[in-house]
Amino acid sequence: MVSSLADAVSHARGGARAVLEGPDINRALIRISHEILERTKGAEDVVLLGIPTRGVHLAARLAAYIRQFEGRSVPVGSLDVTMYRDDLRLRPARALGRTELPAEGIDDRVVVLVDDVLYSGRTVRSALDALNDLGRPRAVQLAALVDRGHRELPIRADYVGKNLPTSKSEIVKVYLEENDGRDAVLLLKGEEG
Amino acid sequence: MKRHLISAADLSRDDALLILDTADELAKISERSIKKLPTLRGRTVVNLFFEDSTRTRISFEAAAKRLSADVINFSAKGSSVSKGESLKDTALTLEAMGADAVVIRHGASGAPHRLASWVRGSVVNAGDGTHEHPTQALLDAFTMRRRLGSLDGRRVTIVGDILHSRVARSNVLLLATLGAEVTLVAPPTLLPVTVDSWPCEVSYDLDAVLPKSDVVMMLRVQRERMNAAFFPTEREYSRRYGLDRDRFARLRGETIVMHPGPMNRGMEIAADVADSPRSTIVEQVANGVTTRMAVLYLLLGGADLGGEIQ
Repeated sequence: MVSSLADAVSHARGGARAVLEGPDINRALIRISHEILERTKGAEDVVLLGIPTRGVHLAARLAAYIRQFEGRSVPVGSLDVTMYRDDLRLRPARALGRTELPAEGIDDRVVVLVDDVLYSGRTVRSALDALNDLGRPRAVQLAALVDRGHRELPIRADYVGKNLPTSKSEIVKVYLEENDGRDAVLLLKGEEG
Repeated sequence: MKRHLISAADLSRDDALLILDTADELAKISERSIKKLPTLRGRTVVNLFFEDSTRTRISFEAAAKRLSADVINFSAKGSSVSKGESLKDTALTLEAMGADAVVIRHGASGAPHRLASWVRGSVVNAGDGTHEHPTQALLDAFTMRRRLGSLDGRRVTIVGDILHSRVARSNVLLLATLGAEVTLVAPPTLLPVTVDSWPCEVSYDLDAVLPKSDVVMMLRVQRERMNAAFFPTEREYSRRYGLDRDRFARLRGETIVMHPGPMNRGMEIAADVADSPRSTIVEQVANGVTTRMAVLYLLLGGADLGGEIQ
């Protein structure tokens, strides 16, 4: 997933299609933050936990919008799921991301997990396992910028930026200002086309 | 990273930083109420200890257990080794039991290296003779980094029995990789003849080196290895090379004092110094578990690298 801007430009030439671009991403996040406020009746006990790397940036943006609309600052943190993944043995050991829980903790709160792409659902399953070791939230919800389908587990998102029908051979790439210098979601043709 | 951890020299700068960064994340686990991760579930770690060791063995055991690995402890006393079994046969036995990693401490320098050619799993050197003790160097570097930030350009002074110290050798190699400047201080009789080829400075005068140091690491005087006249009396050694209250008072304010333990209070380090807030001795023990978790995760957590038996 880690990719540079130059990489993105070369993808664009090679027939990649931009699904969301520039302000589209923030428009989707604005809608999601309103949905969170609506569903949680003002986001009183909400804790936003981003899944590294890009989920963390998305969670921070959602928190900023919620503060803007409701004047309430919701705690934001990050939750690394690497040690809980079920595919660890398929690749060499990878570096860990950062786990940082807000000081308030997650017990008895409504945790909203935030990730960039929802695909097989395995990352979310790992996140649920990780949460289990960290505390006992009252409820756990899921926000994803892109839902590309092809679930392999009974998991669904509560908040979705964009539903994107894809074939399994295609690749979805998310670029965020904080990480990659620009906002975009690209759909790339896979190797077999 | 390589499949085994036998020498601190096996680690590139990137490898070493990856281990330290991983340990930084894992350190948070010990602050949680559930101090366990499922990552190494179903993997077996064998602690193969031919020399007495309490802290290193329980540190590795705690690290493996926090990652949910199964741990088999094998100590030479009262085992088949005391009945005359060779290292190779012990290795083949462990191999047949399906060990994914073997943590070995052995009195002979080079034993882990030999073992690595007989087993399919990863071999972690937990101290071999007077050769190396790479996880001790890693936990020391981790402790320094937590206290001082980056190690680049930091001055580290290692004092004591360098000749018999596997801790000193591993520390010199790792700290050089990480960009620190190491000075060894010892009586000439307790320095190895090849010390000129090590990436460090050597001095015989502790008082000259101390004011410039960011880290002072005191080594234990290993009474069990003092079988020749390395120094006249313990009293004289202590006076010239011990970190007493006066010397401690002359250190710069931010200098930290380390000791790999077990220490001889009053011999190489004064009791007051060992208990001061600038001593990291207790931290080093906690950091040992974290650092060893990082090593075990990076060696065993990913795909099986498919080592061949030679």
